[in-house]
Amino acid sequence: MSKKLNNKISKAFDNTNKKAFIGFLTAGDPDADSTVNFILEMDRAGCDLIEIGIPFSDPTAEGVVIQEANIRSLGNGMTTDGVFDIVKRVREKSDIPLCFMTYANPVFHYGYDEFFSKCEELGVDGIIVPDIPFEEKEEMEGPANAHNVSVISMVSPTSEARIKNIAEGADGFIYVVSSMGVTGVRNEIKTDIEGIVKHIREVTDTPCAIGFGISTPEQAADMASKSDGAIVGSAIVRIIEKYGKDAAPYLYDYIKSMKDAVASV
Amino acid sequence: MNEKGRFGIHGGQYISETLMNELIKLEEAYNHYKNDPGFNAELNKLLNEYAGRPSLLYYAEKMTKDLGGAKIYLKREDLNHTGSHKINNVLGQALLAKKMGKTRLIAETGAGQHGVATATAAALLGMECEIFMGKEDTIRQALNVYRMELLGAKVNAVTTGTMTLKDAVNDAMREWSNRVSDTHYCLGSVMGPHPFPTIVRDFQSVISKEARAQILEKEGKLPAAVIACVGGGSNAIGAFYNFIPDKEVELIGCEAGGRGVDTPETAATIATGSLGIFHGMKSYFCQDKYGQIAPVYSISAGLDYPGIGPEHAYLHDTGRAKYVPITDEEAVCAFEYLSKTEGIIPAIESAHAVAQAIKVAKNYSKDDCIIVNISGRGDKDVAAIARYRGVDLHD
Repeated sequence: MSKKLNNKISKAFDNTNKKAFIGFLTAGDPDADSTVNFILEMDRAGCDLIEIGIPFSDPTAEGVVIQEANIRSLGNGMTTDGVFDIVKRVREKSDIPLCFMTYANPVFHYGYDEFFSKCEELGVDGIIVPDIPFEEKEEMEGPANAHNVSVISMVSPTSEARIKNIAEGADGFIYVVSSMGVTGVRNEIKTDIEGIVKHIREVTDTPCAIGFGISTPEQAADMASKSDGAIVGSAIVRIIEKYGKDAAPYLYDYIKSMKDAVASV
Repeated sequence: MNEKGRFGIHGGQYISETLMNELIKLEEAYNHYKNDPGFNAELNKLLNEYAGRPSLLYYAEKMTKDLGGAKIYLKREDLNHTGSHKINNVLGQALLAKKMGKTRLIAETGAGQHGVATATAAALLGMECEIFMGKEDTIRQALNVYRMELLGAKVNAVTTGTMTLKDAVNDAMREWSNRVSDTHYCLGSVMGPHPFPTIVRDFQSVISKEARAQILEKEGKLPAAVIACVGGGSNAIGAFYNFIPDKEVELIGCEAGGRGVDTPETAATIATGSLGIFHGMKSYFCQDKYGQIAPVYSISAGLDYPGIGPEHAYLHDTGRAKYVPITDEEAVCAFEYLSKTEGIIPAIESAHAVAQAIKVAKNYSKDDCIIVNISGRGDKDVAAIARYRGVDLHD
């Protein structure tokens, strides 16, 4: 049955209407100082949880927008230690729930125990790793849980009968992938989200947040109405791509509109 | 190999949730059809009557005399239809995909050999085909791009990252996760998530199955060594596989040393890489201290890959196979040597294996024999070798 680690993730879903708005950005895009600033601004604008992307050279689950953010970040010299330093600076001013989103190799290569011990020390509550499916999560989940870090499970439109096992073992929240393919803004989300969430609800009360393809307040409200929250990545990264270091006020306005939409459900 | 597709600690299924059910279906379909007499009869007919199998095991007498050691035998995969070993795997996977009800094949390609083979199988079996190829490689191998288009495939030039083979794999994986219902990802090497390393190895193992019988017939004994080039490692595993239980047969994989393993311009994974998780598998990869995949380099587009298949990683760990780096210069010299000595122009990939044979033949007795796998033909490389030698070719 699902285990419950005592970290801050549950706090993200513990607000007036129990719906979370989750924002993503790539650390180091365009630089470390800006990322610290952006995270604090996203917190102020109403994000309930922030996913911080640790850049990877070959982000195979990402669409073009986040791929390019990874390239910009690595090109500017961002490293895993640099990302930990960003979190340290954020933690001086904010206790917002934080998750890392990255790929298996940067974590594996850092050393699971060392990586998650840093997460615990800095108050990173969870990790989302798109290339670690249910079958392979044990090697990462053991050391992560030992340091009170949740490994977030993903459910996709093709999961079908796999949902039961995934949901039963889920911790923190369940990341429901809205669409086939990679991350990126979509005009329309056609997947039967309600069906997937219903299936998950049959086995667990772990919160479900929907991600991939969401960019407008209408989409966010729609997705939040069918689950426990909406996750937005590419649309945020696109603002950072457009305004660079000056993106903070634009991020604030955008995220406030998205949070308001989710809160209105 | 255990249930999760492991070779020792290597292998596994490190892939997005969206693709997991598709991999499970693929494994189930493969386990069913691999023992299905009808499927095997159909595949063998294609291999024999379309691809031209069995391929020759040729005694390279002039080369043997010139090198003054072991008898050199060349396993002529270059004589297969489409000019390389890639067709062995592609016909198997395309037929399997068709049985699974798929109507579209996608594939990555480096040098273009796997892309050409996939486009060929798609044309023959009446399937739609889309190939992903690094932009850098579309320039290095422009002729193969046009060849794939002639065969009816759409070629997507991949402009992300280093614009070579690994980036082509990235984009093929992205495309597959976007469209699995009618599409099979015809992976070209013994890499990626389980069950690909096993499926591709099984389809390529025809190389060593034939070679073992051929050498026993010609020499009445097993070879002292089998030598093959290794990028992801499909021709090498094919050439090694049926010799693995023959402990007295040395298995030697030749990696792309590029400008040297002491420079950053190399793709020699065993020589310079470390353990990692990438492209669906745990294995050895060229990477930096933070686990960022390295921008590798080799004159050979087909070996220009920062990883190695998990079964090779395991054969390295157990010491059953040995992996050696061969530089661009050594490979080009071997390319020219085989052309002049035997009248066989090998693929620049295969020339890496030829180079190792040239180096070590004299260390063996004249009673020994060595099998070198000529994984492909070198026509596609002629322009690049001319450029390497500073020869100005005019079209």
